[in-house]
Amino acid sequence: MQKGTKYALLLASIPFITLVFMLPLANRIEPVILGLPFLLFWILVWVFLTPFILLLAYLMERRFNSKEEGQ
Amino acid sequence: MNTALIIILCVVIVSSLIGVFARRRVKMNLEMWTVGGRRFGLVMVWFLMAGEIYTTFTFLGASGWAYSRGAPTFYIIIYGALAYTISFFLLPAIWRLGKQHSLHTQPDFFIQRYRSPALGIAVAVIGVVFMIPYLQLQLTGLGLIVHEASNRTISANTGIIISFFLTCLFVYTSGIRGSAWVSGLKNVMMIVAVLVVGFSVPHIYFGGIGPMFQKLLQQHPGHLVFPGATTNMDVLWVMSTLLLFSAGFYMWPHSFAAAFSAKNAETLKRNAIIMPFYQLPILLVLIVGFTALLVLPGLPNGDLSFLALVNKTYPAWFMGFVGGAGAVTAMVPASVLVLFASTLLAKNVYQTGFNPGASPEQVMKLSRFLVLAITALALLFAIYFPKALVQLLLIGYDGVSQFFPAVVFGLFWKRIRALAIWVGLAIGIGLVALLVMSGHDPLWGLNAGFLALAANFALTWLVSMIGADKKLRAPMASDSVPGVGTSA
Repeated sequence: MQKGTKYALLLASIPFITLVFMLPLANRIEPVILGLPFLLFWILVWVFLTPFILLLAYLMERRFNSKEEGQ
Repeated sequence: MNTALIIILCVVIVSSLIGVFARRRVKMNLEMWTVGGRRFGLVMVWFLMAGEIYTTFTFLGASGWAYSRGAPTFYIIIYGALAYTISFFLLPAIWRLGKQHSLHTQPDFFIQRYRSPALGIAVAVIGVVFMIPYLQLQLTGLGLIVHEASNRTISANTGIIISFFLTCLFVYTSGIRGSAWVSGLKNVMMIVAVLVVGFSVPHIYFGGIGPMFQKLLQQHPGHLVFPGATTNMDVLWVMSTLLLFSAGFYMWPHSFAAAFSAKNAETLKRNAIIMPFYQLPILLVLIVGFTALLVLPGLPNGDLSFLALVNKTYPAWFMGFVGGAGAVTAMVPASVLVLFASTLLAKNVYQTGFNPGASPEQVMKLSRFLVLAITALALLFAIYFPKALVQLLLIGYDGVSQFFPAVVFGLFWKRIRALAIWVGLAIGIGLVALLVMSGHDPLWGLNAGFLALAANFALTWLVSMIGADKKLRAPMASDSVPGVGTSA
């Protein structure tokens, strides 16, 4: 596996860790942030961050993978 | 005729015309009809995928669940983001294989990768069996929207028949391009409707989204944490459902094939990056459901909460706009479902199974005819037996998710055997049917489909480990299988 793909996969695991495996920890109402119960706030933050994480993964692939494989 | 009704009719007719005109200056052949000639850039791919994914369920089902079940509904916001993360890696690989061998459909992928026409036919049949109830759901949702939005002056069935006649028309003439073009209009209308209603409704009744949640927490303290108003959808259910749905998302035959319509792998990667933003408006749909719970408690059918609240709050012309947006939101995914169900039958059942020598023109002609036949069938079910397919619908997502191990292993693991795919699929789909039909979903707090997928994964791996597949190991295994693709 190429280095860029490895970094990209590591980055891609972040949404799964935060939005699936950490849900039991986030399953609470307090603290209420910006008027939203904590659980909902947590979900929105990570859904919103997912495109940026994927963008980073994309840049990593471009930076570290060889050209032919990247296309 | 009332204002709302006139507006709905205008929206539906204009969007169908857009779909028909999408054909302009394009020579229609099988390649163009099913995968848009593999020419779609970022905008068209986004239109198409967003169009397939945001269905009437987004309008009615999500707000309905928020209304009647509470927190478990949050999974709807999450699973898309996870699915796009997977698609970032999966779709470009699928696209490359598709381009290399001129594949059009999901069963084509199976035939090519596993050198097994029989597997392709099986996958096609399974796919169609799960797509038809999904299509019927769109019809039923559309009927509901037209009925409510017209203040019950027009019957659900009339709405269904008119809209589906028009949908048929643009699928027949323009194929997948028609769906993508209409989806452009649909996305704009739906986003406007959701933004306007989602932001204004909590302001009108409670002075803001924060105060609305405050009120909700006072009146229904458990509603906004798992398991919400349910007894069997606790955090484990949410977690297992998320894993299942993110795996299954692109396993729907129509979503899978959308990857083939992209002009290159790069487009699919970029699309995966921007798609999660499109999850955020769903929050507003849920907010409408929550507001409805406070303003209109005790509705007999939670799925009507969005429309009921709009009806109570806004003038008739706006109700017409929302109704029109809702109708097109049903028409676009329905058009794609019809298109692919008929292509699967014509190409991967008729051509692969009975007439390998059929020309692309013959296959396309049959697909077009089947568009009419399948629409008619779904109409009959929607009108006469609206409940008959509910069971199938329940297991639809669980069912198509069972393709996931075959696709992932097929793309990234050289050792995989065709026999392992047969075993995994049979066990996966068998378990889903058994557990769901016998009322054991969820089981041990987990989504039954997830358990089936885990068993499927394990068996597919195991069977591949205990033997080798001579046919797939042969040096020629990367050649195109004759008769699968059409030369472009």
